[in-house]
Amino acid sequence: MKSKSAGMNFAKYGYMFSIPFVVAFLIFNLYPTFYTTFLGFTNRKGLIQKSYHVLEHPFDNFKDVLHNPTFITSLKNTFAIWMMNFIPQIVIALLLTAWFTSHAVQLKGKGFFKVVFYMPNIITAATVAILFNALFAYPVGPVNDFLVSTGIRDSAYHFVNNKTAARLIVAFIQFWMWYGNTMIVLVSGVLGISPDIFEAAQIDGANGVQTFFKITIPNLKTILLYNLVTSLVGGLNMYDIPKMFRNGGPDNSTLTSSVYIYNQAFSGSYLYNKAAAASMIMFVIIAICSAILFYIMRDKDEAKIEKEKRLAKKQARRDL
Amino acid sequence: MAEMEMRAAGSRKSSERVFKICAYTFCIFLTLLSLLPFWIMIINATRSTNQIQQHAISFLPSSYLMKNFAILTGKSFNPMRGFVNSLIISIGSTICNIYFSTMTAFALVAYEWKLRKPFFTVIMAVLMIPAQVTSIGFYQFMYQIGMTNNFLALILPSIQAPATVFFMRQYMIPSLPMEILQSGRIDGAGEFRIFNQIVLPMMKPAMAIFGFVTSWNQLFLPQILLTRQELFTMPLMVSLLNGDIYRTEYGAIYLGLLLTVLPLMIVYFILSKYIVEGVALGGVKS
Repeated sequence: MKSKSAGMNFAKYGYMFSIPFVVAFLIFNLYPTFYTTFLGFTNRKGLIQKSYHVLEHPFDNFKDVLHNPTFITSLKNTFAIWMMNFIPQIVIALLLTAWFTSHAVQLKGKGFFKVVFYMPNIITAATVAILFNALFAYPVGPVNDFLVSTGIRDSAYHFVNNKTAARLIVAFIQFWMWYGNTMIVLVSGVLGISPDIFEAAQIDGANGVQTFFKITIPNLKTILLYNLVTSLVGGLNMYDIPKMFRNGGPDNSTLTSSVYIYNQAFSGSYLYNKAAAASMIMFVIIAICSAILFYIMRDKDEAKIEKEKRLAKKQARRDL
Repeated sequence: MAEMEMRAAGSRKSSERVFKICAYTFCIFLTLLSLLPFWIMIINATRSTNQIQQHAISFLPSSYLMKNFAILTGKSFNPMRGFVNSLIISIGSTICNIYFSTMTAFALVAYEWKLRKPFFTVIMAVLMIPAQVTSIGFYQFMYQIGMTNNFLALILPSIQAPATVFFMRQYMIPSLPMEILQSGRIDGAGEFRIFNQIVLPMMKPAMAIFGFVTSWNQLFLPQILLTRQELFTMPLMVSLLNGDIYRTEYGAIYLGLLLTVLPLMIVYFILSKYIVEGVALGGVKS
C-alpha cells in the first residue's frame, strides 16, 4: 500500500472516522434487526398492548407464516414477477450493450438513448405505478382508447382486473424502470475491458457475435453477478409498484412478500409478530439466494488455473 | 480476385446497413416506450375529465390546466406541502449520507488499522440487507422513543449507507493522492481538517444526486413512520390520488402525478450527463 509507512502512526484516525457509521449502524440497523427477530418469537400484536412475552412454543409464528397460503402465494408472485422482469431486462440490456460498444458499427446518438432509457429509473416508483394504473384504466384509459380506435379490439379490456394482465403489467413496469440502468452499467463494464483483447480478437478474424460471446460476456462476469444479486435482492423486496398499482390485487395476484408484510403489520390487523416472522423468513431466503449465486458464479477458471499451477510445480519438482 | 473482394465489401456494407436500420428502429421504439407515458400524462393534465373520457389519448394539450389544479388542491392533495417535506428529508439525508459515507470511505482508504478488512467485509454484508426486512423492529423502536411522525427518523439512518461507502471507496482508491494528505500534515493541519478541507471537496457531486433521488422516491419507511397528513412526502401525497376522493377526476389525477414528477424531470434533464456517468461508475471493475 502507498501509505504503509505513514499509515501506522495514524491508525487511531481510522477508528475515529468510522465511529459515526458504526454508531448509526448499531442504532438504526443492527438493533432493529435483532428486535425484529425477537418480535417474531413473541405475541406482540395490536395497536395498544400493555405487555407481551415470548411464546410458549417460540417458533409458532414462523410455522403459522410458512403454512399461511397467502404468504406462499406472495412468495410465488414475488419470484414470478421478478423472473418476468429480469429475463427480458438482461437480454435487452445485453443486446443494447453489444450494439453500443460495437467496434465494427458505430451507432449515432448513443448518449441520447442512454439518457432516455435511464429516465424512468429516477421517477418516483409510486407515481409510475399510479400512472400505469391510469394508462390501463377501464373503460376509458389511453391503452384501451388506442386498442379500440385502431380496431385491434372491439371493446375495452379490463386489464387491471385480470390476474395475468396485472402481473404482466407490474413486471413490465419493473423492466421498464430498470433495463436502462442495467444497460449503462454493462456498457461501462465493457469499456473497462482492455482494448488489447478486442484488437487481438479482430486480428484473429473473430466477427462481432463471436467477440461478444467469447470475450465480452466472460469479462463481464463480475458485473453480471453484481447486477444479478442486486436485482434479486431488490426484486424480493418489491414493494412500491405492486402496493401502489393495485395494492397486491386483483385477488392477490400481485401481492409480493413485502406488501404482505406491510399489510400484516400496518393495515388494520397490526400483527407485528407475524410480520416480523415473515420478515425473517424473507431475510433467510435472500441470504441463501445471494450465497448460491456467489457460489455458482465464483471464478471456476481461476480455481482451475491455481490447481494446474500447483500440479505443474509438483511435476517440476519430481522431474528434478 | 479484386472483383470478389469488392463484392464481399459490398455485401458487408449492405448487411451493415440492415443492422443499422434494425438497431435504430429498436432504439426509437424504446425511446417512445420511455417517453410516451410521460407525454400522455403531461397532455392529459391539461384536459378536462370529459375530454379524457371521450378520447384518452390526445397529442394536443387543452386549456383545463388551472381548473384541474383547482380540483386537485381543493381536496386533500397539497403539492406544496409535499414538496417542502420531501425537500427537507431529502436534503437532510443526502447531507448525512454524503458526509459520513465519505468519512467512512476515507477511514477505509487512508489509514492502516487492524479491523479495517473485517469492517469492510461487514459493510459488504450489510449491503445485502434491505430496509424492509428490519422495518418491523425499526418501527417499534421508533414508536417507543416517540420518533414516529418525526423527520429525523428518516434522516439520521442515512449516516450508515453501505452502498455509498462502497462506491466512495471504489472512487477514492485510485484518485486520492496520499502526497496531498502528507503535505497537509506538514502544513500542520489536523486529520479532521484535512478530511473537511481536502478530501471532501474532491468527491464527485454525482453521488449526492443518487442519494437525493433515492431519498426523494422512498415510499416504504415514510409510509409506516408518517401518519399525519401535514407531514406527507411527495410519494405519500401521490398515494392519495389512488383513493376514492379523486375517483373520476382524471384530469386532476394526471396533474397530480405530473406535479410529483416535475421536479425530478427538471433535475434529470439538467444533470443527465452527470447522472448517467454516475450510474456508469457502478460498472467500473473493482
